[in-house]
Amino acid sequence: MLTAVGSLAMLGVTFGTLLGIASRYLRVDENPLEAELEALLPGSQCGQCGFAGCKQAASALAAGQAKPTLCPPGGRALAAALAERLGVSVDLSDTEELEPEVAFVNEDICIGCMRCLQDCSSDALVGGPKQIHTVITDICHGCGKCAKVCPTEAIEMRPVPITLANWHWHKPDPRQYMN
Amino acid sequence: MTVTVGLSAPYAHAPTSIRRTMGLVLLALLPATLYNAGLFGWPAVNLFVVTVLAALATEAVCLRLAGKPLFPPLTDGSAVLTGWLLAMSLPPWAPWWIGAVGGFIGIAIGKHAFGGLGQNVFNPAMVARVALLISFPVPMTLFVAPRPLSSADAPGFLEGLAITFGGRLDLDAVSAASALGHVKTELSRGVPVDQTLSQHQDWIATLLGAVPGSLGETSAVLLLAGGLFLIAKRIITWHVPVSLMGTLFVLGSVTSLIDPGRYPDGLFHLLTGATLLGAFFIATDLVTSPVTREGQIIYGIGIGALTFVIRTWAGYPEGMAFAVLLMNAATPLIDRYVRPRVFGRTSKGEPLSAKRKR
Amino acid sequence: MKLFRIRGGVHPEYRKELASEKAIVAMPLPRLLRVPLQQHVGAPAEPVVAIGDTVGKGQLIARAQGAVSAPVHAPTSGAVVDIANLTAPHPSGLPQRTIVIESDGRDAWAELPPPIEDPLSASPREIARRVGECGIVGLGGATFPAAVKLDLRSRHELDILVMNGAECEPYLTCDDRLMRERAPEIIDGVRIMAHALGVDRVIIAIESNKPQALESMTRAAAGVANLSVIGIPTRYPMGSERHLVQALTGRETPARQLTADIGVVVHNVGTAHAVHQAVRYGRPLISRVVTVSGHGVCEPGNVEVPLGTMVSELIAFRGGLTEEAPRLLTGGPMMGQPLPSLDVPVIKGTSGILALTKEETRIQPAQACIRCGSCVSACPVGLVPVDMVALVRKDNLDEAAAAGVMDCISCGSCAYICPAHIPLVQYFNYAKGRLNAIQRDEQKRDRVKRLVEARAARMAKLAEAKRAAMAARKAAAAPPKPDPDSPPAAAQ
Repeated sequence: MLTAVGSLAMLGVTFGTLLGIASRYLRVDENPLEAELEALLPGSQCGQCGFAGCKQAASALAAGQAKPTLCPPGGRALAAALAERLGVSVDLSDTEELEPEVAFVNEDICIGCMRCLQDCSSDALVGGPKQIHTVITDICHGCGKCAKVCPTEAIEMRPVPITLANWHWHKPDPRQYMN
Repeated sequence: MTVTVGLSAPYAHAPTSIRRTMGLVLLALLPATLYNAGLFGWPAVNLFVVTVLAALATEAVCLRLAGKPLFPPLTDGSAVLTGWLLAMSLPPWAPWWIGAVGGFIGIAIGKHAFGGLGQNVFNPAMVARVALLISFPVPMTLFVAPRPLSSADAPGFLEGLAITFGGRLDLDAVSAASALGHVKTELSRGVPVDQTLSQHQDWIATLLGAVPGSLGETSAVLLLAGGLFLIAKRIITWHVPVSLMGTLFVLGSVTSLIDPGRYPDGLFHLLTGATLLGAFFIATDLVTSPVTREGQIIYGIGIGALTFVIRTWAGYPEGMAFAVLLMNAATPLIDRYVRPRVFGRTSKGEPLSAKRKR
Repeated sequence: MKLFRIRGGVHPEYRKELASEKAIVAMPLPRLLRVPLQQHVGAPAEPVVAIGDTVGKGQLIARAQGAVSAPVHAPTSGAVVDIANLTAPHPSGLPQRTIVIESDGRDAWAELPPPIEDPLSASPREIARRVGECGIVGLGGATFPAAVKLDLRSRHELDILVMNGAECEPYLTCDDRLMRERAPEIIDGVRIMAHALGVDRVIIAIESNKPQALESMTRAAAGVANLSVIGIPTRYPMGSERHLVQALTGRETPARQLTADIGVVVHNVGTAHAVHQAVRYGRPLISRVVTVSGHGVCEPGNVEVPLGTMVSELIAFRGGLTEEAPRLLTGGPMMGQPLPSLDVPVIKGTSGILALTKEETRIQPAQACIRCGSCVSACPVGLVPVDMVALVRKDNLDEAAAAGVMDCISCGSCAYICPAHIPLVQYFNYAKGRLNAIQRDEQKRDRVKRLVEARAARMAKLAEAKRAAMAARKAAAAPPKPDPDSPPAAAQ
């Protein structure tokens, strides 16, 4: 009886000590959650989430004031990644997978007012005063702010064009080959 | 002219299909089946027909319940094969309801409960056989001595119907022990194995199959021929049969050398019971065996070892069905961890190092 | 010579006899030639002619853009009538910039660069430059600019040149015919390439189902030092660059690297013929041998076709199609591409035009997978297609990538052998395309992120400067005058 109690007590003391030592030497600094979340976000500061930028969105997420599905350009993949990092479950069925878009300037209507240039966070719009503007599609992240400010509605958002360079095979459709 | 562009290449296909695969397996089983039908007479034929029809009927009902099309699944041969293999593992003069219940269990519980063809974890025929063996031990272990159709004491067609459907079977008059069962019983009575074997074992009869046993498992020669045919046709590879039988043979030989009075030898293990049927036709079931060759070797060794263990130390004289089911359960695990090495990578998946870069 | 074992593979029905005994014939010159600006891997060429210009045969009409690119030459003499976006010979049916030349019927050569005197003592650079200027790309179908692959000695230690005459795709016989009919020219090209690469050994590998090609090449190569012509087993995909190198040398190319990294360069035998033409005669690549075959074509055969010829004209030249809608392909049936229509041009990579009937393609509805493992045995890369397809079907692309889908060479052996007729490689082609697109998106996102940060920093600086200026002005003038029109913070 006494041996049993003694040995169990010994075990308790030993492991307790070990745990204590481990917690001191293997301590991890508190996770810089906000920075991590911000790194996951696209970083294009597009504002489609309703926050001023990705940093603000990240702090809202960390504080639990926003849902992981807040970022439309990130799509389902980002929502899943955010949810995993935050350790929450998320219903992805509502998240629409947005088709990536880029801005397109209708050169017949553009008056060269330069307003869109000011609103573009990635400098994807180029042009001078009273000169027709154009979009560098390679760096346009499709936030659509320019289309909103354009006074003549010369800018529209179009799906990223499919070319020989970016075309790829579709997923086989089971209806096509299954009986 | 425009052409529909749906899928990428290849635009050629080998003359393979599920129906062809199943058809060739059935073809490989045919000689042994015909031989044993002749050996055990009309009751065996009746039981075989009932089992296969029960399997087919269950398949049709399950497909209908699942809202799937009946064709091609009903005619691709997979349900027939399940029924056929089950029938071959039943005692030849078992009553009709054994076959009917077995066919139902195999298809409904062994296969469709998992989602149908290709989804089942366990070999459906063996699920049925084990369920029957546990539920109805008496009819499932009642073997008869061979009574070839040509012989005088073979039951006629009507008598056969009576035996299968009427339950008119005088148990004691016909019962005969299979070789594995006989050895086990004698051993439990204190008769050493080597003595039993030297007295009773007729090797020629064992090879040809004219011995008591399940409906389709007795003819070693014909089963071997069928198995070699399947390997030649590239339906199965040598990996499962060879590793399975090799393991059984080695374990049998080694233990028999150590104590011939307690353990039967390796050859006895190979030629009796369900070894050949199991090694070539049951363990090689495509759905429930590993997909890689390396995995198949592990799987075969596992079945061989488990069969040996069950035969030697467990209560049942034969352990092939249990061994197959146990290794079926291990198959997903084997498939997960045993993978071929990818071209240009180490077995851990890292790219090989090129030493010639300048 | 000792050959090494390669993994997997299949034995498709080769059906080479449809065209293998038909000698190469020249295609009569069509009236209009539509020459696409991208017939190679890399950046599209840039036109150097304008509508209305007259061009001579072999004249440069579009120059290469960047390091990996190839120029394009006029296939015949005539006038440039259009530079337009026309349907590309590509499964998407997307348009591509194409120069349309109307033949003047004279087929008169332009002034060509002079032959390189004694190429076997010319500098490797000079040969590579000539090959590049002549627009030569890998004619086995990969269309990688040949000059880039001839210039590898600057970065890699090379010792073996492998000439790929395997032609393991069913139906195709263009390399077979070329080797039978023009072996001396090929051997000359091979020697020039070996000299340019500075290798000490050349192996010409030909699958054993082409005994005549093997014989004529062996005869033509007699007496050439350090060059051997080897018959290799007939097994698909023996012609896959990495597998061919492994079979011949036992060297295994590391994943995501080139055969050059293990000292071997592989070129197609047809490319050697083009190199011979370019170096000895200064002739650019303006035509190629195309196998027209399949039971859907009335008269299968091998045709030397000016690049830019419409497929419809080529098929009409071979007697037209036998039935209403056979499957039309460029390349072989295992890895070829479906054609969006017959109105697309023959380009540098068109090794074959196949019209296959339903009996030949054996397309059938898919059934449930029975986990038979045939695909695992057939995969020459050692992948487990049966598991990968389950991941791709659920769009679990990250896991599919971890399972090795990006290592798939799309040879199609798995889909070819599958008894359930599951479109395995078709799923992998999708997954590879999708994963590449995701990677491109990520790169774009990183680029955008950098730009956004740069702009934000610039704006902050501007604002800071403005504040400082305001403060300075306030300090200078006692009654501070409000700035009426502070300039908008322009982006540029």
